[in-house]
This record gives sequence, C-alpha cells and structure tokens, in this order.
Amino acid sequence: MSARANILARIRTRQGKAVSPRNAERELVAQFIAAHPQSPRPHVDADLVARFRDRALNLATSVEDIASLQELPAAIARYLGERQLPNTAVCWPEFARLDWAAQGLQVEARAARDSDLVGITGAFCAIAETGTLMMCSGKDTPAVNSLLPETHIAVVSCSRIVTGMEDGWDLLRRDIGSMPRAVNFISGPSRTADIEQTVTLGAHGPYRVHVLLMP
Amino acid sequence: MHFKARVGAKLADVKLQTALKKLQGNFVKGRADRITELDNFPEIRDAAAAIRDRALANLDVYLDTFERNAKARGTVVHWAETHDDVNRIVREIAAQHGVRKIIKSKSMVTEECGLNDALIGAGLEVVETDLGEYILQLAQEPPSHIVAPVVHKTRDEVSDLFAEKHNAPRLTEIAALCREAREKLRPHFLSAHMGVSGANFIIAETGSSLIVTNEGNGRLVTTLPRVHVAITGIEKVVPTLEDVTTLLRLLPRHGTGQSITNYISVTTGPRRDGDSDGPEHFHVILVDAGRTKLIGGDMQEMLRCIRCGACMNHCPVYQSVGGHAYGWVYPGPMGSVLTPTYVGLQNAVDLPNAATLCGQCHVACPVKIPLPELLRKLREQQFERKLKPWHEMFALRAWGWLAQQPRLYAMAMRVQARVLKSAADERGMIRSLPFASGWTDRRDLPAPEGRTFREMYAEERSKA
Repeated sequence: MSARANILARIRTRQGKAVSPRNAERELVAQFIAAHPQSPRPHVDADLVARFRDRALNLATSVEDIASLQELPAAIARYLGERQLPNTAVCWPEFARLDWAAQGLQVEARAARDSDLVGITGAFCAIAETGTLMMCSGKDTPAVNSLLPETHIAVVSCSRIVTGMEDGWDLLRRDIGSMPRAVNFISGPSRTADIEQTVTLGAHGPYRVHVLLMP
Repeated sequence: MHFKARVGAKLADVKLQTALKKLQGNFVKGRADRITELDNFPEIRDAAAAIRDRALANLDVYLDTFERNAKARGTVVHWAETHDDVNRIVREIAAQHGVRKIIKSKSMVTEECGLNDALIGAGLEVVETDLGEYILQLAQEPPSHIVAPVVHKTRDEVSDLFAEKHNAPRLTEIAALCREAREKLRPHFLSAHMGVSGANFIIAETGSSLIVTNEGNGRLVTTLPRVHVAITGIEKVVPTLEDVTTLLRLLPRHGTGQSITNYISVTTGPRRDGDSDGPEHFHVILVDAGRTKLIGGDMQEMLRCIRCGACMNHCPVYQSVGGHAYGWVYPGPMGSVLTPTYVGLQNAVDLPNAATLCGQCHVACPVKIPLPELLRKLREQQFERKLKPWHEMFALRAWGWLAQQPRLYAMAMRVQARVLKSAADERGMIRSLPFASGWTDRRDLPAPEGRTFREMYAEERSKA
C-alpha cells in the first residue's frame, strides 16, 4: 500500500469509519466548500478609507492622498526626494505610460531584480480591518516588485478598499475566478523581532512601504 | 528527555532568565492588548475551534480534496508516513531537479524530521533564512520557542556570534545586526535552486498552502528559487478561504501580539504561463509522523493546534526554564502533550508533570485546547502503564489504600498535623522536611495549626 493509502486508512480506522469514504461524506464536504460560509467577524466602522488609513499608519506604512493617477509621478518624486532615496524605480506595466521623466524619475516597467531599490505596484485591493494590501501575482503584476526593493510604493484606489479579508476573497472569486499563483497580504514594511523581541523594520523585504490613495 | 535534570541549570542561567523576562512582557501583554480589537472575540474563538474540529472530523476527505485541487494547479503532492520518509522525499526532489543549494524558511515540522542534517549529509547546502533560525544555524543550536526560536539568546551573544562566524567587525545595535544578516542572506536567496517552507495552513477549497511571516524571507523562499517544497502536517488542512481568515484573526494576535503579520502568503501551484516570477515546480509533502495516533483518541483536541505559542508564553514553567529544558522540538504545554504522544510516553516521562495545571494555557489557547485536561490524562496513562518512579507509585498506592479506611485515615491525619506543627519554627513555617526537600530547599512550608479540619468541624457541631 502507498503512504497515502496507509495514512488515509489509519485516519478512518481510528475514527471507526469504513475503509473508504461514503458518497454522503464527500457530498457534505463538497457542499460546505461550495457554500464557504463566513464565521463571526469583528465590527469595522463604515468609513473604510479612514479605517484603512488608521491601521496602515499603525503598521508603519505611510499614506498619502493623490487626486488622480496623473499626480502619481510628482507624488513619488517628492516622496523619494524628501527621503534622499534613489530616483530610479521599477513599476508594474499599468504605470508604464505615465510621464515619469518630467519629474526626473527613471522608471522601467518590468519585474524587479536584486539591484532595484524602489518598486512601484498597484494592489488587487486593500483591507480596512487591518490596513493591509492584497496582491495577486500574474503576468502584469509581478510579486517581486513589492519584495526585493528596499522601498515599496503601492497605488490603491479608495473604491478597492474592502472591509475584511473575506471581502477580498469574494472580490478575487468575482474578478479573477480562481487562485493566482501567489496571493500576498502585505501589512507594512518587513520586520523582525527575533533579537530580544525588539521590533526592527526592514528584515528581508522592504524597509518602507508608502501607499498612495486615489479616489 | 530528562526534563527534571535540565531544569536546575536553566534556572541558574542568568542570561536565559533575562531573555525569558522580556518574553512575558511582550508576548503576553501583546496578546491581551490585541484581542481587545475584536469586539466579539469569544465568538471568533468558538468559531476557530469549530473550524479546526470540522476539518478533523472529515480529515481524510478534506485531505483528498486538497490534493485534487492542488494537483489541478500543477502541484505535486507527496505523502510521508514518517520523518525519514520526509527526508527521503526532499532528497529525491532535490536530485530530480538538480538542486545543490536550498534556502529554508522557518518550519517546525522540518525540525521534527531533522531535515537539515539529512540534506547536509546528502551533500546539499542548506541555509536557514529566518533571522532567528539563521542565528541558531550559525550557533548549531535547536530552537527554544516555536515562534521566537532564539528567545533564549541575548543581543550580546548574537553580536559575538556574527563577529566570529562572519569574520566581521562586532556590531552591537539590533538594527545593524539585522542589516548584517540581510546582506549575508540576500545572495543565498538569489542563488538557491530550491526553497523549503512549512505551511501554517493548507486550504482544501483551493489546494493552496499558506505561510505567515514578518521578515519577508518566507516570500523570498517561495518566490525566487525554481523549486518550492512546502512541508506540513496532515492536520493543518482547513476547508475554505473563509475558515483560514477566521484563524488568521487569532494566530498573529496570540503568537506575537500583532493584529496581523507583515506577510500572509498563499501559494497555489507553480508559475503560470506568462508569469515573470514564481517557482517552476511546486511540491507539497503531507506528513503523518505520529499525528494519526492522536485521531479518535483522548488527545484528538491537540490536533486543533495552530502553533501560535501562546500556551508556552503564558506558562509559568516555560517562563522559568525556557524551551530547551523540554528536550524535543515542541516546548511548553503543547510540547508536553505532543512530545509524549509523538515519541512515546516512555521517552518523555517528566513532561506531563512539567506543568502546574494552573490553566493559563487553556485560557490563552485560541482554539480552546483543554491542555491541562490532556496533561492530566497523560499522567493517568503514566500511572496505568507504571511509568512513574517506584516510590511515587508506592506512595500513591499507599495513600489510595489509606484514604479508603476512614478511621485509620482520620487518625493518621491527626498524628501528621501534630507532628508537623511541632516541627514549625517561631513563624509557623517548616524549613526542611524529609522526602520533601524539593519543596523546602527553595521555600518554607506553612505548618498546620495542629488539629485537622474534621476535628474542628466535629467540635463546632457539638457546640451547636
């Protein structure tokens, strides 16, 4: 017998069940998964943008408002300039056609490599309950842009801020249908507290996360 | 597994005691603060326990569903009956893909397996990338906590270790030490052929595996190398994305006192057509290695465990001696249940007794595992299987016999109360007592006032 068969048989024997599952058991599981009911959720105030902003700031994410996508290059140039960060960056293709050069920025639309210091991304949606970005990997949304660079800048539309993670999954089922290779929930800059439980920002991922909120 | 023998040294270890004090402040207070963010915390906790029980009640069907959905997305699913099987399967995957260098994110199940030694023995290079685990790999020590593996080490010890092993100037600021580790490890992330991770959960609905991390190393390990192997216990399956969401409201709050960890990464299969990142091959290894022994028995509730570490953070025994005293991979109350059930009660005789049964672990558990009750059941099994020391067995039997002879028992108690009173000093305390030096060496025992409760009760009744 295979390891698989042995393990499954041991489980069923110990539970006093017949050797292989009855159709009723399979049906029960299939129905539960198809229904995927929600469990009780905590209360979250109706002003999702305010809640997202508050929680994101608590997680050491910085948040700034812009009126439209056209303002993005100027806002990023200002952010990087104020912090004396490099003026070269990589971005997701959706931002390729913005006028970066006019703001003195060199931005390439491609997946990040180790030497890239600033990564610009969108987000699939954002979660108000915890101040979290939900990112789905894909051809035009490489996961490494929010991971390898020391600075991660994310553009989020306020209309894509949902209450909780459950609502993010619903949006994913509606917009994408099936699971992308990677769904990453990002809640602030990478951190570690392994040495003396002292929180230190910037472990293996970004040292800073900046969110630009658009209407 | 000689818990008792190790305890004295741990209590006398000044550095360890300093390190452990911080744990109580940060993790215990952190959990208390963070659960107040959930206005309906008790309902969420009830739901979390129910979610785990639902998965366990139909475990085989949920595992089968997970496997089917994972395979549909191109994941290769392996099943391992023993720790050795896990090590063999990982070696085979490495050989199949021509792997020479492996990076790892933190995984307790691979600690169970001794995977690193098995891979290094097979000529592979293995690099731990979680900061704590990296420190331990350099120091050649096992983790002492399931969430904060290096909690037993002070910053000074890390400074010394890095200076020696990196052959670099000795840095003392924690931020600088973190930067040093980042710069040492980044080249490994970029050059490794295979990433090995654990999984906090696997999701039947989607065939996904999920890890929670703060450092980002978990994301790098599961994104950059061309092969990703996720290794996890069979009990980690949950039915749906909604179910895992509920558990994720509790896991970081109870583990590190965070509302949410920095990263939650859900991976489903290898890279898709057109993707510019992600591994080309994705393997999942489902591990039994003792877990099925818990199903359908007295200890089944232990399989709900989501490995948050709250039970050890809140345990007065763990707080006093740290994780290494427990002798195997899992310390604290959850370890005192898991170790005897996985490796055999006869190999871990001390552990069910390494608890005061104060109940804090049960109160702090996000999935309501009745740990004190399970420890008590293990103590009963010890007695039934005659695994207690002979003098303890004899004493219990003698007491059991005496307690069934009411007159004799009353007389013995009267004698004892008077003898103990006469042994007291002027403060009414007993400083040393034969056969009870374990107690009296470190503290005084309050002496009885000379008469038994039954004597006084009878006297009051006769007055009335």
